[in-house]
Amino acid sequence: MPVAPSATRPRSRQRPGDVLFSGAALAAGILILVALAAVTIFLIAQALPAFTANPADVSKDGRGFWSFVVPLVFGTIWAAALALLIALPLSIGIALFISHYAPRRVAVTLGYIVDLLAAVPSVVFGLWGITVLAPAMQPVYVWLVDNLGWIPLFAGPVSGTGRTVLTVAIVLAVMILPIITALSREVFLQTPRLHEEAALALGATRWEMIRMAVLPFGRPGLISATMLGLGRALGETMAVAMVLSPSVIISFALLTSQNPTTIAANIALNFPEASGIGVNVLIATGLVLFLITLLVNSLARFIINRRKDFSGAN
Amino acid sequence: MNITRTSRIAGFAAIVAVSTLTLSACAANEGAAPQPTSTLTGALVGAGASSQGAAQEAWTAAFQTTNPGVTITYDPSGSGAGRKTFISGGSDFAGSDSYFNDEELASTFAACAAGTTAFEVPAYISPIAVIYNVDGVTELNLDASTIAKIYSGAITKWNDAAIVAMNPDAKLPDLAITPVHRSDDSGTSKNFSDYLFQNAKADWAIEKPADTFPFQTGEGAKGTSGVVDAVTNGVGTIGYADASKAGKLGIAKIKVGNDFVMYTPEAAAAVVAESTPVDGRAAGDMAIKINRTTTDSKHYPLVLVSYLMGCNEYAKAGVAENVKAYFAYILSPEGQATAASAAGSAPLATKMADEALAVVNAIK
Amino acid sequence: MALVLSAPPAMRKLSRGTLWAVVALSLLLSVGFFSLLVLSGASKDFNIVGAILVAVILYIIVTFGMSRFVEGRRKATDRLATALVTSAFIVALLPLVSLVYTAVANGINRFDGDFFNSSMRNVVGAGGGGLHAIVGTLEVTAAATVISVPIGIMTAVYLVEYGKGRLSRAITVLVDVMTGIPSIVAGLFAFALFALFFGPGIRFGIGGAVALSVLMIPVVVRSTEEMLKIVPNELREASLALGVPKWLTVVKVVIPTAIGGIITGVMIAISRIIGETAPLLIICGMSTSMNYDLFSGRMATLPVFVYTQYSNQGTDTQAYLDRAWTGALVLILIVMVLNILARILSKILAPKGSR
Repeated sequence: MPVAPSATRPRSRQRPGDVLFSGAALAAGILILVALAAVTIFLIAQALPAFTANPADVSKDGRGFWSFVVPLVFGTIWAAALALLIALPLSIGIALFISHYAPRRVAVTLGYIVDLLAAVPSVVFGLWGITVLAPAMQPVYVWLVDNLGWIPLFAGPVSGTGRTVLTVAIVLAVMILPIITALSREVFLQTPRLHEEAALALGATRWEMIRMAVLPFGRPGLISATMLGLGRALGETMAVAMVLSPSVIISFALLTSQNPTTIAANIALNFPEASGIGVNVLIATGLVLFLITLLVNSLARFIINRRKDFSGAN
Repeated sequence: MNITRTSRIAGFAAIVAVSTLTLSACAANEGAAPQPTSTLTGALVGAGASSQGAAQEAWTAAFQTTNPGVTITYDPSGSGAGRKTFISGGSDFAGSDSYFNDEELASTFAACAAGTTAFEVPAYISPIAVIYNVDGVTELNLDASTIAKIYSGAITKWNDAAIVAMNPDAKLPDLAITPVHRSDDSGTSKNFSDYLFQNAKADWAIEKPADTFPFQTGEGAKGTSGVVDAVTNGVGTIGYADASKAGKLGIAKIKVGNDFVMYTPEAAAAVVAESTPVDGRAAGDMAIKINRTTTDSKHYPLVLVSYLMGCNEYAKAGVAENVKAYFAYILSPEGQATAASAAGSAPLATKMADEALAVVNAIK
Repeated sequence: MALVLSAPPAMRKLSRGTLWAVVALSLLLSVGFFSLLVLSGASKDFNIVGAILVAVILYIIVTFGMSRFVEGRRKATDRLATALVTSAFIVALLPLVSLVYTAVANGINRFDGDFFNSSMRNVVGAGGGGLHAIVGTLEVTAAATVISVPIGIMTAVYLVEYGKGRLSRAITVLVDVMTGIPSIVAGLFAFALFALFFGPGIRFGIGGAVALSVLMIPVVVRSTEEMLKIVPNELREASLALGVPKWLTVVKVVIPTAIGGIITGVMIAISRIIGETAPLLIICGMSTSMNYDLFSGRMATLPVFVYTQYSNQGTDTQAYLDRAWTGALVLILIVMVLNILARILSKILAPKGSR
């Protein structure tokens, strides 16, 4: 954290501009507090009945809210984790390619193209997933199940339409790719020239330079970028709802017709026709999703703070 | 430096301003009508069943053309959402695939005059088609029991003996069946489930047909379009969807009595016309119990009936006239024909339409 | 890390020509293999994606092997990294290209004058356009941006430049929580909020803007924060040492230094929300007519337009699908234009001299 050196000095008179500006900054921060408090209060107030209600009304099997929400939590994390697993290496690769490999002129254009893709609406990802990607992947899935079916991940029976959790993970990966790439590219570009040149002067190859100078410097930014991407993957609604063939189950199988669905998609699918306690249950699942992201983000913060020495301001 | 920066920003602002201006032109198709023939004015808001979406679009367009003073918005947000919005006074009318349940009927309708209730009339009949995608199979006959077994997971292959027995001439491959159902709650699922429940209770082990698809088998897809896309792009798939959306997909004939029947609008309307009203409803409440177990081969019992709901007496002045005129148009032969050509629905039988019209004309 | 130069092998180098030859060879082999598959009848169509993937893998293996043999371990690792980074780019491009191609190929059918000068009022079947949705999207997004960007940037400034202690930590945590609000929950929240004041039937554009702001603010804060953090402290210290007030230091030194990144962040945030469908379905509703007024009446937006065109097809399904894809294409183009404008703006505002 950069701390103004003047902070510890005897205070000279407070300038009105300073007071106004820091006041505005503080007000903005507090506004966020208020906004979030409002969202949280709304969520909790709407969710409470789901926790106290008669278990038989909450879920079809009559075992109450938690047995209903656990598979959804699993599905949410599972799909997002798969997406991240696909997107993260690719994003770092693209960001590095743009920041340190591609010729300058090409790099700008490429970065621009990737930025654009952040804008493709989720509905379009959904349309693309269901009409292009799923049918294209289906034969691949058949092959995987036939030949590698002994691996639990690829267990059969294979889906006839290809609209599986793996397809969704690929769609999500493509969606979060531009977000992670754009931010990590900016961070990589900010690596102090001196560090890079020092490494090269010591005879390091380009890759060694990147490993020694660029990646450590960019790590906090990279984690932040990943979190933003993960946030989108966890909360993505329409694309998942349109592409996935959902069930409320826990299963690690990637290629079958019964796939664990996500919280957000489940809300989107069932909210229009929900009534009475059903609405409260759906909002309660939204609250759970909230908590999941909080947990994931706190973890990321914790990692960043442990490695604070690398923060670029020094 | 500062000056150039300011001027550059000004230039930038100018570009933005100009591009905004060019876009803010009026829509070419929203000009004044040639000659207003109607004195109705105002905005009419409806919400509800997405099954009616395309039909409402056509009805709205036609109605607004003859009544340029009226703007109708129909939000296809779903039957349940539509009924809720209407009860809470958020809309002037509702469209719904299910009639009001007792609890809803007992509630206070915020849009209606104090102490009055709502009416419901059938307005949109859509046959549900069983669609499939199997290479080389152009015709398929199925009975309710077989469909139930496919959807509950008891039959898994296209060359299962039960299917072969009904289709001796078809070249049925040794291919897994992927049954596709709606993943969102929908009236289509409820009607489909109700049909199987009443005709093949033994193979369709559920307590009560509901908007949610009852089994964890096969694949789910969102919306009618999702089901059609999944069936079209999949291998060995079967699904159920509004017949008008079936496109080039194969459509199965279902068994009624001793014959296999292909859906037709007439057959769908016929089964609704000869169904009985739901017991214990007030006058002006035309909830229908569809006769799924008909044995008349001129009937196609796998249909969905979508209702229009409005107030018998509106609280707000000026709404009643608009609703009355709009609903009257929908129920008229022209209105039903418009929906048939734009959305592929089955026109209401004349007797039923007249009965509904009488209810609508009583709106105050 | 020991960087001892091992003399003789390091002197030998793979030439550029050799590398390009390897690229050509792996492409040729892979294309040949997949063509054989087609000729032998094993697969119906030529699999472009498969061919490219196999070529990439071939290239990586061959260069690594050659370099390991000719240039030594360190250089080989470097080549491997280069090959991997480049192929990451190519692999990532495949779905992206396919997506854009699909949008353009399907969207071009209705990418005509009609689409841009008419709404869907009184249109059944073919014809009609998306002007009402385009205007709606621009208005709602602009409103969301106007709400979010000042709040977001000032919050980031507070966190980086002023924030200390518990409040700042609390805000950081809350911003993190906000990044995880699912879009549909944001929509439900906005709806519940406005229903409280205006009754349950409320549907208007500004509600959508509020819902989108809930989604947009954390993205702006997070990216701006990251960019402000990497502004070197030396710059701040130099400015403060010259007697410049802190707020002017922030406005004239810190923010301009980071402006490129900040604008990128804002653009990402806009791109993130402009395509949101679920919250707008709930709070903005859908209309087939023009509505310029953010504060009254249902308002069509492009994503919702695309969604309803897809999900409520009439009998003439192709007309509806065409409109849906054209709507998507227009949305992509709008963001493209916004991006170009943002780039120009950041060029103007950024201090000279940095990369």
